[in-house]
Amino acid sequence: MNIVVCIKQVPDTKGGVKFNPDGTLDRASMLAIMNPDDKAGLEAALRIKDETGAKVTVLTMGLPKADDMLREALAMGADEAVLVTDRRLGGADTWATSSTVAAAVKKLDYDLIITGRQAIDGDTAQVGPQIAEHLALPVISYAEDIKVEGNSVIVKRQYEDRYHEVKAQMPCLITALSELNEPRYMTPGGIFDAYDKEVTVWGRDDLTDLDDANIGLAGSPTKIAKASDKVRKGAGEKVALDPKESVEYIVGKLKEKHVI
Amino acid sequence: MDFTLDKKHEMARQLFREFALNEVKPMAQEIDETEQFPRENVEKMMKYGFMGIPIPKEYGGQGCDVLTYIMCVEELSKVCGTTGVIVSAHTSLCCDPILTYGTEEQKQKFLVPLASGKKLGAFALTEPGAGTDAQGAQCRAEEDGDSWVLNGSKCFITNGKEADIYIIFAVTDIVEDAKGRKSKKFSAFIVEKGTPGFTFGTKEKKMGIRASSTYELIFQDCRIPKENILGPRGKGFGIAMHTLDGGRIGIAAQALGIGEGSIDATIDFVKERKQFGRPIAAFQNTAFQLADMKARMDAAKYLVYKAACTKDQYMEDHKTSYSIEAAEAKLFAAEAAMAVTTKAVQLHGGYGYTREYDVERMMRDAKITEIYEGTSEVQRLVISGAMLK
Amino acid sequence: MSLEEYKGVAIFAQQVDNKLSSIAFELIGKAHELAADLGTDVTAVVLGHNIADLADKLGEYGADKVVLIDNEELETYRTEPYAQALTAYINEYKPEIMLVGATAIGRDLGPTVSARVKTGLTADCTSLEIGDFPLVAKEGQEQKHNQLLMTRPAFGGNTIATIACPDNRPQMATVRPGVMQKLEKQPGRKAEVIDFKPELTKNNRFVEILNIVKNATSTVDIMDAKILVSGGRGVGSAENFKMLEDLAEVLGGTVSCSRAVVDSGWKPKDLQVGQTGKTVRPNVYFAIGISGAIQHTAGMEESDIIIAINKDETAPIFDVADYGIVGDLNKIVPALTEAIKAELAAQN
Repeated sequence: MNIVVCIKQVPDTKGGVKFNPDGTLDRASMLAIMNPDDKAGLEAALRIKDETGAKVTVLTMGLPKADDMLREALAMGADEAVLVTDRRLGGADTWATSSTVAAAVKKLDYDLIITGRQAIDGDTAQVGPQIAEHLALPVISYAEDIKVEGNSVIVKRQYEDRYHEVKAQMPCLITALSELNEPRYMTPGGIFDAYDKEVTVWGRDDLTDLDDANIGLAGSPTKIAKASDKVRKGAGEKVALDPKESVEYIVGKLKEKHVI
Repeated sequence: MDFTLDKKHEMARQLFREFALNEVKPMAQEIDETEQFPRENVEKMMKYGFMGIPIPKEYGGQGCDVLTYIMCVEELSKVCGTTGVIVSAHTSLCCDPILTYGTEEQKQKFLVPLASGKKLGAFALTEPGAGTDAQGAQCRAEEDGDSWVLNGSKCFITNGKEADIYIIFAVTDIVEDAKGRKSKKFSAFIVEKGTPGFTFGTKEKKMGIRASSTYELIFQDCRIPKENILGPRGKGFGIAMHTLDGGRIGIAAQALGIGEGSIDATIDFVKERKQFGRPIAAFQNTAFQLADMKARMDAAKYLVYKAACTKDQYMEDHKTSYSIEAAEAKLFAAEAAMAVTTKAVQLHGGYGYTREYDVERMMRDAKITEIYEGTSEVQRLVISGAMLK
Repeated sequence: MSLEEYKGVAIFAQQVDNKLSSIAFELIGKAHELAADLGTDVTAVVLGHNIADLADKLGEYGADKVVLIDNEELETYRTEPYAQALTAYINEYKPEIMLVGATAIGRDLGPTVSARVKTGLTADCTSLEIGDFPLVAKEGQEQKHNQLLMTRPAFGGNTIATIACPDNRPQMATVRPGVMQKLEKQPGRKAEVIDFKPELTKNNRFVEILNIVKNATSTVDIMDAKILVSGGRGVGSAENFKMLEDLAEVLGGTVSCSRAVVDSGWKPKDLQVGQTGKTVRPNVYFAIGISGAIQHTAGMEESDIIIAINKDETAPIFDVADYGIVGDLNKIVPALTEAIKAELAAQN
């Protein structure tokens, strides 16, 4: 059995967010990490590997520095790693990203593709289902449990107030939630081995089954009109009112902020 | 001369740091208070290969180097000195002598389970009447048929009751020189927990590293197989000293971590804590104290890493001596840790004297690094002895 | 693709168990504004089985047209049959804007359909408006008018981006639930109802639902909670926490606490916020009877909105609060719970 896990290197926005004195995001100081949902997807794949001896290949599209994250995946136990990197692929939205990743996956053997539900930088949750669409595969999003049974997978698919236990034939694509599991740590020896391994690097020209119209900034249907950092708030208001007015004040604020 | 770490060492550090922050830090305060050995975390470290980092893969280890192992002890100690010493005592004082002096059979039987994380190790040299002065030792081993019979006791043993495999030093011979002066000759032995006649005495109540399970070991007609002697008969003292050279690098790394950890905690605190309407970080005294603390720990770091790299050279050529490097690293890092944690407490003010803040524990933990595996005074003897010979 | 062929604003009116989700009405509300700017109308598209009776309610909340796609295969949500049906709707009716809720269904259906009809999709939008792209005319680039400008947070809410989809249709967005306002219900208002029966093709991508398990309300990790009602020593006793629990319940939030509360044994340690507890970042953080020592604020100051109630006007919690109320929590909290209850009832 061959499992391809799609992973992304992202700035650590959870807890590690730092701000410049002008209130904008200090991206330079942010650590690059493996996206948490993707890491859960990798862990799910490694557990299937532990049980069945499946081969696990990790694939990413990104900057050359994503090599570090691929080594981390190898040090956790992945067998092979592929880095898709090319300036021509930069600036891609989810359509162009998923087109590109799908073209790369096509070059690999796969029975099961696992992606994270969403990346903590873009927060779109779109690339996984869109890869499945480009590959014409069944997709099960929001997986909180994955079991392999013969030629099928049985997945707990999470919704707001329920879950569906869903069965799909392989090959198929699953998007993993970080709640799926507690990803394992690397081992020190695994790290040393990871740096002795070769990471496969593919550029644009290695992806033959991919139209130029579907890649990079130019191949992205969505365009950014404006982007700005949310400026950190300053000191707030303080009021001393009687209880009734206090309640009205709070309810007013909650409505203003669309909390209720 | 290259002072940068390569990528695999950087990633290993990141691994140790993540593990320390996620798993060890949340427990540090609690295990200090309860004196409970952190069994669950030790089992996790066993699972992830932390207990055999510099041991070759053929003996169940990770096949990394001493520097990687030292960084592991450093990162763990940044958040919990107890956890740092558990790894250090296991690796430097139990795995290392078996790797260096053990027969192939001993390595297969004892080192493989130790380094692969199935068993925990300890080392027992000190006795109630013999610390720095080894000649005061009373614990003895006598040959009897196919066995050695151990009698006596050992004290202050790290991982004491929790370990499975112990390196024990005992007097096997008494020799007389030409002038008729008697001296004791030691041998090293490998003893397994559960051997009849091997029991535990009192648990020490300590100032710091309170969860490291420090026990007295008692041997009463404890019979161990003859093949469990480690290295040649009568060479135990040399084995102990050589083992402690390596152990000192581990303790130096522990001290380094404790000192660095106290700086991390202090930086967080001084940015948050306000006095006279501004964070105390804005006061020059705070800033300058922190600068001194950082410079001192960085100096310690280079000595510790130098010692680790020198030992790595020894692992390759089995010749290079690292005993001076180890002594310097331990002497300096331990005293730096004590001074820096004391300053960290001072910068925390009243809060620093309470158990709510980590620096209180760190200051207590730092003290032991000036004492065990050779006091600072012993390190000075080692260093000056080589200078003045 | 001829962009001019695409007209009208459509919304995916999500139903679960043949009950329309609240997001359906929120989307109609927003779609109405957009349609007014464009001079067009609002279509609600419902997928399901035996759903004819849902059309009336959609009309009363402002849909001009309701397209019903009724098919056995659509009874319970599965990606493939839903994607086939919604794709068929888009290809047949060609809406210029297609809005989908950013729910666990919409965030699966949206990307699948957008890839299938080859258009852009902007995820989890919090604001939508009609405007020009580029926002300001640029030399050498055509400025297109009447574009859907989709604004969304990214980087864990630390950045805000506005996105357009100028060259593909429909312009698709998933929209965060709870952000858009539904319209006032107009009893008796009727929508034009259209039964649309596209053919659904069974293929390998149809998954099998083995089991459906509805959640008993499970305990939420305070780090995942969107709304935290946090109490401190000022709450006074374990029993008094009932007030906070009631408030949390009406808001769909969770109770958390300060260290003093854990030390007093009023609440377990896993609910503790702060230096020796957990670091939280909810959308709304109520700090009730919490003085706000740095050990506590270090764990919650990144919350989006902080509302503090404390009787001590010099309490440091007011330095980090967006809205600080100096007053007696015993009087304010129960009254607040009742007021919110009443407000929510009025909205439904």
